[in-house]
Amino acid sequence: MNELLRKTAAEQSKALKNKEISAVELTNAAFERIDSLEDKIGAFNSLTKETALQTAKKVDEMIASGEDLPLLAGIPLVLKDNMNLVGSKTTASSKILENFVSPFNATVTEKLLNNLVPIVGKANLDEFAMGSSNENSAFNKVHNPWNLNKVPGGSSGGSAASVSSCEATLALGSDTGGSIRLPASFCGIVGMKPTYGRVSRYGLIAFASSLDQIGPFARSVEDAANLLEVISGHDPKDSTSLNLPVEHYSEFLNNDIRGKKVGVIKELLGEGITPDVQKAMDNAIETYKKLGCEIKEISLKNLKYSIGIYYILATAECSSNLARFDGVRYGYRTPNPQNLMEMYTKTRAEGFGPEVKRRIMLGTYALSAGYYDAYYKKAQQMRALVTQEFNEAFKEVDVLISPTCPNTAFDLGAKSSDPLAMYLTDIATISCNLAGLPGISVPAGFDSDGMPIGLQILAPQLQEGRLFNFAYQFEQANDFYTKLANI
Amino acid sequence: MITVKDVEHVAKLARLELTEEEKELYTKQLGDVLKYVDQMNEVDTSNVKPMTQVIDFSNVMREDVPNQEISKEALMANAPEEENGFFKVPKIN
Repeated sequence: MNELLRKTAAEQSKALKNKEISAVELTNAAFERIDSLEDKIGAFNSLTKETALQTAKKVDEMIASGEDLPLLAGIPLVLKDNMNLVGSKTTASSKILENFVSPFNATVTEKLLNNLVPIVGKANLDEFAMGSSNENSAFNKVHNPWNLNKVPGGSSGGSAASVSSCEATLALGSDTGGSIRLPASFCGIVGMKPTYGRVSRYGLIAFASSLDQIGPFARSVEDAANLLEVISGHDPKDSTSLNLPVEHYSEFLNNDIRGKKVGVIKELLGEGITPDVQKAMDNAIETYKKLGCEIKEISLKNLKYSIGIYYILATAECSSNLARFDGVRYGYRTPNPQNLMEMYTKTRAEGFGPEVKRRIMLGTYALSAGYYDAYYKKAQQMRALVTQEFNEAFKEVDVLISPTCPNTAFDLGAKSSDPLAMYLTDIATISCNLAGLPGISVPAGFDSDGMPIGLQILAPQLQEGRLFNFAYQFEQANDFYTKLANI
Repeated sequence: MITVKDVEHVAKLARLELTEEEKELYTKQLGDVLKYVDQMNEVDTSNVKPMTQVIDFSNVMREDVPNQEISKEALMANAPEEENGFFKVPKIN
């Protein structure tokens, strides 16, 4: 393989500008890498060679004419396959959308194309982004590049695995309850979920609209900060996108954090955390102390309810969002339905996989007459309490830290028959979505089997700059991010 | 406790046809999840306002100007069945 593929986007950008390699050559090198690895990894649902090479060619033309390149121009990137790119299949890893071809671009896609970022393909995911291991895909299984018998994490497992294995340099994922941060942690890379409303959701296939956000994957904090800058901003097509100026997040990286306060979430230490992950946390705390920060223990009493709250609210929203898949306008339709009702019920029975059906059922139940107050309204009230608790915590500290997950990547198949056990994987990540906070997972060490561990950092709403600052300072004080999967 | 009858009712609301095995499986699995969710009831929320969104949005208005960024042909290209530019579905009964 071309060794430049192992470098960060920042280094690749330099190589492009110095004409050490052309953008077309870099993109082709990525495709060669993908061709040689995909049998083992399974990160892609489809490749978008033509679009990628067209974009790369434009980058080379700009370089040849001496023009300044836009941020991340020419850097190979993967889109999670729940984001629309004109002319590409957008399947959400579901049989119900297996043959759906996007008639429009998501806003993030438009922004990437405007910045001349070559989109090399569409990444595998848990069906409709519902899952924590990527095993709910209707298509291929995704394997963790650090150990092919292990899951990459989910739901953005293909995005994480492609960046971790250097098939691509950058990727976009979506995060509803941890779907960017968890796979970033399991695959030893950086993954970031922005403040709710920071990035337009137009053209992202909706799962739970009050929780979903699109965010970056990269192999360094700096690259993730730059990618967020490219995709952020107000969009008239998404009325929940915030009308605020986009910041240059990379300018925050080197800010002095001496004297700042780092809160350690008490409920995510000790019991339930594996010893190796605990050790990595101890190192993280030591790192921030050495960087001159004050460490403060913060108790979030309502955190333990967050999974319950989430699985009511997210499933209620998904039962509504997925009502559109009815076999009428697009997607799969059951063959030879006898009448309209049969078309609906059979199309959905045949088109959706088991986890999606389970969540539609749970959400429909929670919203149904007689249960609405006990489940949906109660969960909304609890969501308010979780959010209040974060607001109180951020009066005392600048950021909060915890493990991204209490454990490292588990074996393929280990939890797939027990939905509740799988849901509990998200204990550390879910509350961030409930409160709409920005959160990041950065490489923080390895367990005794060599599997990556992630450190999660959370900041108050719209403090992405601060989040990247603390993440970068931690990253540079250690060398975990320089270690790549040996594949 | 959630029963097979509840599951059948919910499946009907959700327009999902379930096999007998699925009905039994979901009765058990949804029961497990709901039992876990019931932990929420340890907390008194009688004076808490339900939270529907995390950012304070007011109504977002725009001028009502028609535009057509996506052509009709492009949209209809994904239709399972089409006739004269319309989506075609089987009869209601």
